[in-house]
Amino acid sequence: MIDIYAVSASPHLKQRISVPSVMWQVALALMPALLAGIFFFGMQSLYLTIYAVAAAVITEAAIQKLRKVPITITDGSAVVTGILIAFNINTSSPWWLPVIGSVFAIAIGKQIFGGLGYNIFNPALLGRAFLVASWPTLMTSGWKATSPLSNIFESSINGLKNLPSNVPEVITSATPLGVAKALRDTTQIGSDMAETVMNSLSNSDTIQNLFWGNVGGVIGEVSAAALLIGAAYLAYKHIIEWRIPISYIGTVFILTYIFGGINGLFSASILLPVFHIFSGGLILGAFFMATDMVTSPVTKRGRIIFGMGCGILTVVIRLVGGYPEGVSYSILLMNITVPLIDRYTLPKIFGEVRA
Amino acid sequence: MGIKSFPGGIHPHDFKHFSKNKAIEKIPLPKKVVIPISQHIGAPSKPIVKVGDEVLTGQCIAEPGGFVSIPMHASISGKITKIDEFNHPTGILATGIEITGDEQDKWIELENDENYFDLSADEMKKRIADAGICGMGGAGFPTHVKLSPPADKPIDTIILNGVECEPYLTADYRIMLERADDIISGLKIFMKIVDAKTGIIGIEANKPDAIKIFRKLVKKDKNIKVVGLKLKYPQGAEKQLIYAATKRKVPNKGGLPMEVGVVVQNVGTAIAVYEAVRYKRPLIDRIITVSGKIVKEPKNIKARIGTLSSDLLDFCGGTTEEIGKVISGGPMMGFAIPFLDTPMTKGSSGLLLFNRKEAHKDDESTCLRCARCVDICPMNLVPSLIANSVRYDDYDLAEKYGVMDCMKCGSCAYVCPSHIKLIQWIDIGKIKINEKNVKK
Repeated sequence: MIDIYAVSASPHLKQRISVPSVMWQVALALMPALLAGIFFFGMQSLYLTIYAVAAAVITEAAIQKLRKVPITITDGSAVVTGILIAFNINTSSPWWLPVIGSVFAIAIGKQIFGGLGYNIFNPALLGRAFLVASWPTLMTSGWKATSPLSNIFESSINGLKNLPSNVPEVITSATPLGVAKALRDTTQIGSDMAETVMNSLSNSDTIQNLFWGNVGGVIGEVSAAALLIGAAYLAYKHIIEWRIPISYIGTVFILTYIFGGINGLFSASILLPVFHIFSGGLILGAFFMATDMVTSPVTKRGRIIFGMGCGILTVVIRLVGGYPEGVSYSILLMNITVPLIDRYTLPKIFGEVRA
Repeated sequence: MGIKSFPGGIHPHDFKHFSKNKAIEKIPLPKKVVIPISQHIGAPSKPIVKVGDEVLTGQCIAEPGGFVSIPMHASISGKITKIDEFNHPTGILATGIEITGDEQDKWIELENDENYFDLSADEMKKRIADAGICGMGGAGFPTHVKLSPPADKPIDTIILNGVECEPYLTADYRIMLERADDIISGLKIFMKIVDAKTGIIGIEANKPDAIKIFRKLVKKDKNIKVVGLKLKYPQGAEKQLIYAATKRKVPNKGGLPMEVGVVVQNVGTAIAVYEAVRYKRPLIDRIITVSGKIVKEPKNIKARIGTLSSDLLDFCGGTTEEIGKVISGGPMMGFAIPFLDTPMTKGSSGLLLFNRKEAHKDDESTCLRCARCVDICPMNLVPSLIANSVRYDDYDLAEKYGVMDCMKCGSCAYVCPSHIKLIQWIDIGKIKINEKNVKK
């Protein structure tokens, strides 16, 4: 008898990597930020995250069952979406808010297009946009200051604490970006006051607090440092690549430096762009959402264009748009452009001479 | 001299430890060999013997089928017992000439032309062509054709490829350690034939002992350089090697190295050329690495062309586990062969044996668009988009994406988290586009 051995196309060696390993590593990379959320806002952060993840996973399984396709909830992608939904929610939210967000994200954001790999928009961002449109107050107010647990840092933002008492209440109770936004309408508080507040935003204490996480906001955005630890891990594992986050953040830095001041071009302190980078959802968005592989360009030049586009839109929304924060909308808008970007940024083939 | 390289590429585990310290061993004369008439790129050779003929070792048994072709020689003495379809190392059935040996190894007469270096370029080329030499790194392009560039494409540099970037393979490494002198003689013959001013020996940095040996040997030759290359796959791919060594980029869309004044030859080919020019010795044997975790005693073997894989494996003591897959060549670009009665050819650099687990391939899942393949493609292509256009039968789009520029190094499939069989899709695309072009 003659033995017959397996045949297949080359290569016959394979790196040990799989879709689940990529997704679970992303989930792992989000853990420092979740721990920071628990640390600053209490256990409610964890509970809301669990609700969101459970809703995402159950929705995925249910729809895949209906579609009669293999159930892939163990690949970790729904878990990541759930975590990201929870990260966009503040701890005073009711339990059903993240649940609805996750259901929408998985059902409409992902499965309706055919599941992982086929979706046009980042599912978590689409879920968040749905929540903001449906429950704007829940999503953008009632934000808790950081919990007593975190009192080893000074509570609330130092700079803002020392503001004169006649600054309208709306400013002191809002997030830093809300303050920055309100400032741009100087008729509300007078230009002298605006100047003072602006200085307090771009003072190094404020920025340190933003960086470490001692600031009101949603669960996942609280600590830039924790997010950066996760991002560094993903970059080290070659799961995210530098082009999108760096071009995104770099664009925000440059544009807020040029246009961020309240007395015309280049009137901002050099610390103001730093304030913009570490506040709001920019770090989370740039490293974990804009880099979503399914919804970002595959070409190298395309990734830079995509990142810059996200940066421009974010700054436009923050400085002149109707919302204090524009990270999620700018990424969603850029998601639409991905096929176009890919088409026009095909790399030059090795040895290719272009006329 | 710094460590040179090319953009892109991957770092697979090299698995060379199985065989790298094993000195070349000669396998006992096989009882039977099968000489396929197509072991090279170009027209198959034409058999000039018939069943029943007695042949001597080194006797020509098939003539070249055209200019881009080579003759074949009997690799053992004995009787022609069959001219038929046999298993071929590319995994197909192909015509071959079976010789049953007489165990005498009676040779044709060889010469020892000590003044071989005084021969003219044309005489040298004729001896190379008569010896039936084709590239021994794998692709198998007839060597005399490579050495015959048109007059308007002057060659100023010969690069010897001693990179051996495929995991497992150590055949080239061993000949560099054991036969460095002959390799340099071969290089000088190449340089003389095309009148090249510079000779470069490119060796990957994981072979520092080989680099040292060559540096010492060429100390007095001002026009020969030894270049240490970064450990990276596919460092030994022709275009990538040329770029790393000279910073010249071979034009895409079928451009040849001669367009940038370079000819690349494998170190094994250099030895064959030296033996052909000096001794008029036809190419009837080569060094092959037999390796794999399950091979009892992995070896670098000097074996006659046409030796069956089963004989090679027996010489290594067989396997310790059930065989799952047999690979002819390296694990990245080699062919999986279904039968062990497949003969080795002039381009066979390795015979690898995998167990069932190593042979296992995961099913494809959806492309995540993670772009890992884009980031490492040494040809700067977008493999995922090519595979997708082939999957949906859009071959024009695949061609626009540069599918024909792919050298099938396999790096993309190696890094793909979705286990997409990118090389398989790309191969289908290439075949369909070639068919379409032939019809035109």
